[in-house]
Amino acid sequence: MTTIVTDNCKDCRFTDCVTVCPVACFHYDDVMLYIDPDVCIDCSACIPECPVQAIYEGDDIPEDKEQWIEINAERAPNLPVCEEQMDPLPGAEERKAALGF
Amino acid sequence: MSNLGTEDNPLLVAIVGSGPSGFYAAEALIKSELHIKVDILERLPAPFGLVRSGVAPDHQKLKQAIKLYEKIAESPDFKLIANVTVGTDISIKELCDAYHAIIFTCGAESDRKLGVHGENLKGSYTATEFVGWYNGHPDYRNREFDLSDDVAVIIGQGNVAADVSRILSKTIDELKHTDIAQHALDTLAESKIKEIHVIGRRGPAQAKFTPKELREFGELLDCDPVVLKQDLILNSESARELAEKSNIASKKIYDLFCEFSERVPDTAKSKKCFFSFLMSPKELIGDSKLEKIILEKNKLSGEPFKQSARGTGETIELDAGILFRSIGYRGIPIEGVPFNDNWGTIPNDKGRVTNLDGNLVPQLYTAGWIKRGPSGIIGTNRACSVETVECLIEDLDKLKSDTIKPGAQAIYTILNKKKIRHISFDEWKKIDAKEIEQGDSKGKPREKFTRISEMLSVIE
Repeated sequence: MTTIVTDNCKDCRFTDCVTVCPVACFHYDDVMLYIDPDVCIDCSACIPECPVQAIYEGDDIPEDKEQWIEINAERAPNLPVCEEQMDPLPGAEERKAALGF
Repeated sequence: MSNLGTEDNPLLVAIVGSGPSGFYAAEALIKSELHIKVDILERLPAPFGLVRSGVAPDHQKLKQAIKLYEKIAESPDFKLIANVTVGTDISIKELCDAYHAIIFTCGAESDRKLGVHGENLKGSYTATEFVGWYNGHPDYRNREFDLSDDVAVIIGQGNVAADVSRILSKTIDELKHTDIAQHALDTLAESKIKEIHVIGRRGPAQAKFTPKELREFGELLDCDPVVLKQDLILNSESARELAEKSNIASKKIYDLFCEFSERVPDTAKSKKCFFSFLMSPKELIGDSKLEKIILEKNKLSGEPFKQSARGTGETIELDAGILFRSIGYRGIPIEGVPFNDNWGTIPNDKGRVTNLDGNLVPQLYTAGWIKRGPSGIIGTNRACSVETVECLIEDLDKLKSDTIKPGAQAIYTILNKKKIRHISFDEWKKIDAKEIEQGDSKGKPREKFTRISEMLSVIE
């Protein structure tokens, strides 16, 4: 079981998820967030917070998003922790609309 | 005198309750740029509230949130003062004299009643007491649950209802390597329950489980989930609710119910867990103990997302020997703190405690379930506690006092005078280590102490 951030987060990075993470397992780069699977406790609190539904939990990961399991595991530990909400990336609202949310 | 929140005059905050919202409030205070000392007061010798005694024993991963709380507790600005009941051992006035601010994070320890005839019959229980019992909470150590009937009913369709139903549905092999209390494991080993009915007052589109909790029912060793296809027919308002893109969790729940309804029954499995909808208990019947439940069928009315259940007058009977109600939780009033009896919460504005007429009460704050009611999961409380701490820090000017506050020292003096044995975090770690050691030989993450006297004997 693992919980992951997927491509919908790219260029949005709304970070609403971070405010309800009980263990501070989100990390960030210039484009998006990633979850450190060794820290995440799979509580799924973050899933309904994401305005673009980018977060999936283990049994619910669509096949075409499975590569994100490895991407999250690889990138998260090497990036800074995101503990507090940040401003969304410029253009995030447009991207959200384009994604149909 | 130096400004409040500086090295010479730190802001002293007492937090009442050491569950998630208490620890997240402590974390937010410690992380702020001000000089702050935080003391958490806890009624039991053991900290961590519902993470220890609410989160189900077969959800060990969730309990790892404790690692973060242990890190917070390592801060030199943090103290635990456990085994102390605020309101009786220490008064609110004494806390207000000792500290600049108090944050109540004491959760919702009581439960909502069904309000039907027969509710107090033997065999009719609250989910709270059952959860406390299997999790080894000292308050519920001596409860007895008669699991000798073959039908159990759970009223409510939230995650606590799911936990209770799942624990009843699992085999001993599925539970014996968790930190479930030994007395509960022994009783569950003798359980004769074969049918578990999980009943919601509204429809399958309004069930409040998280998809993850519901999905587990499809993966049990010896229990099949059962949903009747005809129960999944939606009214147009519910269909509109599920079509809403933002309502994806409810859609996933509904899809899981559909999946369950299409399963070929596994005859090798000895238990069945039925999910039923649009029914409310009307009466519990039995001579000396519960024998039968009269359920009234409901109909939904109202706009999408605002639909409520109304009784239709049509009733059905269900023979059952045990019932657990899990239809909501309420806080317990604390002497000297305003309390909204309708909601079972402390009245507040973003965490600033108010009187019932809405006027702010100086020095008092609240977070977690006792602030907003029993909704959300562990992490939801982090955002809630952060909001409260932001208000508290904004109020810094109003929290100033003319003299330096004594903080924990004053509390220790009062407790010593009353001969109340308070427990520090280091002492708790000794109890913790002993529990882990006790679990080791049984292949359990820990065997909890379920009596306060046993916990105290470790540190004497």
